[in-house]
Amino acid sequence: MTAATLQALLSHWWRNPLQLFTLLAGLALATALWSGVQAVNAEARASYDAAAATLGEGQYDRLARRDGQPMDQSTYITLRRAGWLVSPVVQGRLNGVRIIGVDPLTAPGGIGPVNINEDTDIGGFFTGPGQLFANAETAGQLPDLNVQITPETAPGTALTDIGVAQRLLGKDGQIDSLIILPRQPLNRPDLVEIAPQLIRQQAQGGSDIGRLTDSFHLNLTAFGLLSFAVGIFIVHGAIGLAFEQRRPVVRTLRALGLPLRRLILLMGAELMLFALIAGAIGVALGYVIAALLLPDVAATLRGLYGADVSGTLQLRPVWWLSGLAIALGGTALAASGALYKLSRMPLLAAAQPRALAMAAGRRAKLQGIAAAFLLSLSAILMFTANGLIGGFSLLGSLLIGAALALPLILDRILAGTSAVAKSVTAQWFWADTRQQLPGLSLALMALLLAMAANVGVSTMVSSFRLTFTDFLDQRLASELYISTEDDAQTATFLAYAAPIVEAILPIQSVDTDIAGQPTQVFGARDNRTYRENWTFLQSSDNPWDTTFAGDTILINEQLSRRADLTIGDTIQLQDQSFTVAGVYGDYGNPIGQALINEDQFERLYPDITPTRFGLRMDPATVPEFVASLEADTGIPASQTINQAGIKALSLQIFERTFTVTTALNILTLAVAGFAILMSLLTLATMRVPQLAPAWAMGMTRAQLGKLELLRAVLLAVLTAVIALPLGLALAWALLAVVNVAAFGWELPMYLFPYDYARLGLFALLAAALAALWPARRLARTPPADLLKVFSNER
Amino acid sequence: MNAKVLILCLLPLQVMAQGFAGLGTDAEGFAVPQPNPTFNFPTDHGPHPDYRIEWWYLTANLTAEDGTPYGLQWTLFRSALAPEQGDGWQAPQLWMGHAAVTTPDTHYVTERLARGGIGQAGVTADPFAAWIDEWTLQGDWNTLQMTASGPDFAYDMTLTAQGPLIFHGDAGYSVKSAAGQASYYYSQPFFTIKGTLQLPNGDIPVTGNAWLDREWSSQPLSDNQTGWDWFSLSFDDGNKLMGFRLQQTDGNNYTSATWITPDGQTTAYPDGAFSAAPLDTHNTAGRDVPIRWQVQLPAKDVNVTVEAINPDAWMATSIPYWEGPVTVTGSHAGQGYLEMTGYE
Repeated sequence: MTAATLQALLSHWWRNPLQLFTLLAGLALATALWSGVQAVNAEARASYDAAAATLGEGQYDRLARRDGQPMDQSTYITLRRAGWLVSPVVQGRLNGVRIIGVDPLTAPGGIGPVNINEDTDIGGFFTGPGQLFANAETAGQLPDLNVQITPETAPGTALTDIGVAQRLLGKDGQIDSLIILPRQPLNRPDLVEIAPQLIRQQAQGGSDIGRLTDSFHLNLTAFGLLSFAVGIFIVHGAIGLAFEQRRPVVRTLRALGLPLRRLILLMGAELMLFALIAGAIGVALGYVIAALLLPDVAATLRGLYGADVSGTLQLRPVWWLSGLAIALGGTALAASGALYKLSRMPLLAAAQPRALAMAAGRRAKLQGIAAAFLLSLSAILMFTANGLIGGFSLLGSLLIGAALALPLILDRILAGTSAVAKSVTAQWFWADTRQQLPGLSLALMALLLAMAANVGVSTMVSSFRLTFTDFLDQRLASELYISTEDDAQTATFLAYAAPIVEAILPIQSVDTDIAGQPTQVFGARDNRTYRENWTFLQSSDNPWDTTFAGDTILINEQLSRRADLTIGDTIQLQDQSFTVAGVYGDYGNPIGQALINEDQFERLYPDITPTRFGLRMDPATVPEFVASLEADTGIPASQTINQAGIKALSLQIFERTFTVTTALNILTLAVAGFAILMSLLTLATMRVPQLAPAWAMGMTRAQLGKLELLRAVLLAVLTAVIALPLGLALAWALLAVVNVAAFGWELPMYLFPYDYARLGLFALLAAALAALWPARRLARTPPADLLKVFSNER
Repeated sequence: MNAKVLILCLLPLQVMAQGFAGLGTDAEGFAVPQPNPTFNFPTDHGPHPDYRIEWWYLTANLTAEDGTPYGLQWTLFRSALAPEQGDGWQAPQLWMGHAAVTTPDTHYVTERLARGGIGQAGVTADPFAAWIDEWTLQGDWNTLQMTASGPDFAYDMTLTAQGPLIFHGDAGYSVKSAAGQASYYYSQPFFTIKGTLQLPNGDIPVTGNAWLDREWSSQPLSDNQTGWDWFSLSFDDGNKLMGFRLQQTDGNNYTSATWITPDGQTTAYPDGAFSAAPLDTHNTAGRDVPIRWQVQLPAKDVNVTVEAINPDAWMATSIPYWEGPVTVTGSHAGQGYLEMTGYE
């Protein structure tokens, strides 16, 4: 019985391969987008974790010099011999690779994630030319060194023995920081007694980079989820149609004595099988998507946050599991309604023609109530939501509510146009379009969601870019930046440049910590550059006057939030206390930053001499100045950076971000276009009886085909018009609610009409492309098929 | 990778292939102990970096004012990765310190690791000082100051020599196998010791006797030897006995012993004269370890039972072993220390 039933059920799919294809492809696409985005996120997170494990970052307290400079190795020995169990770390960059030197004998985690197998040349690690550990990508950047490939090592990072690192980085006898081991012996003296120049930096909970990039990943996740929702709409449509069409089979099977329970179980099992197949295809596709996206995502993350993320993808079992799980879950969600209805269906309910459309009509009222409820809920949430859950509830209710309302709104619009149409053809066209709406509504909902998601995410990303470039304009106000190599060169440069340029602004900083937060303190020279360009989120009266007078300090938003410092609070640096006079936005900076007057800085940190300078001058004279600097003093142009170059680099980073966003935009639109195509193809055969009379009354098949195409475009236009405000609402929710909850920044929202227009065009193109094939098929329907309609006239 | 695996990999310490603690047979360019040695002090109290492995190994039997027995260990191991020398971090010398305090019911143990060449650990001969981190053993060998500390214990001790240095085997050339593997080996077993144990329940003043071993070699074990059982026993009549039993893969043992009279006269005994047989085992840290032994040296009418004061004196260090104080009963009464390796 079971086998026969299965055969009967499955035969439906063999007879309707297109439906089967729609079901599998929709599910596979949805899973692919979801798992692709998840894969990108997982890869990035794995990279952060590897970085954290590499250095024990965030796990252990550290000691570093108060002035942020490297300490002498003898300080390390003094501490160890006093009973402080600390382990030295040296780090720096070589060929763009972060070189980390540790002492495996004293480091709490040995050498981090590196697994040493029996073949490892341990003697070679400690002595001789030395050995480094890095992943394959990083190893390629260090061609002249003995690098062992260890995939576990954080991307962009090479681990080695501290002695080797000191030699490679030119830091002989120097140590950057000391990791404090968790278990310390008894009778240990206080730090101030043995190394007063050191301060203890508290371990951060979780990796900084991880927290910083959360917002980015959250947005990607939101994108993936929306894409998945679009896919589930397709699946829901396919399942609904198939179930309606199989009513006669179900009736027959039940009349033959098949228990309802077993029937439901078998149909459920059938769907789960499809879900597994489609899920597997989807995960594989997702892998491809992720592999294509990852280099751009990695470049974006590196550019925006300085996070080194591997550009190569590793196949992780967790994606397979999550991909298959979401495919199964999605199918269950999409099929639950159909299965429920089936279980309630009277045994001998007649198989009705156009069941789907009829059912849609019956459902319309319920759908309207649900839409109204969800939209009201989202309206309430807009004013009250302030956490992540609230933010996502807002997104969810807004999107689903709008999607449910879409067919009703379109129906009303079409009813209106139908009423004002004059010619017979027009009247028929509008009425026929309205008649078709139930069959197309799921595909249109998918298009609506795809477009809204695109508008929302594009707005968010573009707003971020505008804010960030504005911020760069503020912070990179000097026309030229120069780095000097040593004191002699600094003196030469200062003597040469001072009479020529308008102002020289030394850029000097120390890494220290304020209220337990790692912070860079800058010493700034009084100049209009700061006064005119920097904007404050909060400030006291005349923050620049008091700061340049040496009385106050300015801090960035990150430090303000993390250390809970605000205007009027006091910060202690060395022996001097400062009052906070201003908090400025500092987007993209992972750590705290503070700014004091140059004179105070020099007094507090006498060891620091500036080697970087910003120069104010007429932008037009920059190339000339760089050339004459090289000719007259021998300081090469390679030591200067033109401000325009930095901005170009920053914009390049954003171009990467846009590449990612655009790729996701196109993919979601493609999914929506696919949904339209499948709906139209499914409807095509059912529609022949409705088109035959129009043909019989003198419309040519070509005309009918053109009208078919026009109809799809028209519906897409109407959907796009509704999608725009929805997308903007979505963007607002992402920027003002989700971003703030995830990240702590509220970004201003900007509008990009040109982008929206282009997006709308894409959507129309997708709809037109999707309608092209069904329209052509219609235009080529053999007249015999149309005639047959009348031969069977009842 | 944790430090333990690292140590196992890099001190030449693969227990399986090379015998316990890598004390295997291959000298690989290192110097090899030769018969008829001439020692030169204080120089030879210092390190011998051209030999692969070396140790300064102190054990002590202590008694508190209330009569409670305690054991104490302070050990510094030196292990060379290569016979060549190098400066700073490049120096191929690795150091490992073990410190322990054994009470009748608790065994406190802690470990330190350090690179040679940077000053974190080392030994100087004149003036004599051995150190790793804040642990020190220093003085002129008539009087030594000794400190060590861990997360849950610490001690500060003064040692005073009451007799001469003792040279084992043939005037300090101690043969370890029938194949001729050997080490240089001398001891100072005549220390009295006095000081304070700092334990979680408070400070405990203690006094007792200590035994300091010095040994260096490059390949003290033969291919078929996997570990040893080492006894240092101080009898109430003032005589002392050092004996060890090297376990062989064929089930036989290689034994050696030194009889030390109260005035420091020594008699060395070749393989077979000394015997030690387990009477009872105890499961500690997941393995069975003999904690009661029948020890015999018929040439001196010694037939005693040696029993651990605390059977759980397991050293859960990078290279794990058992080391703890023992009581001696039978033909001779006394106390001493027992070390058992190769029971992993």
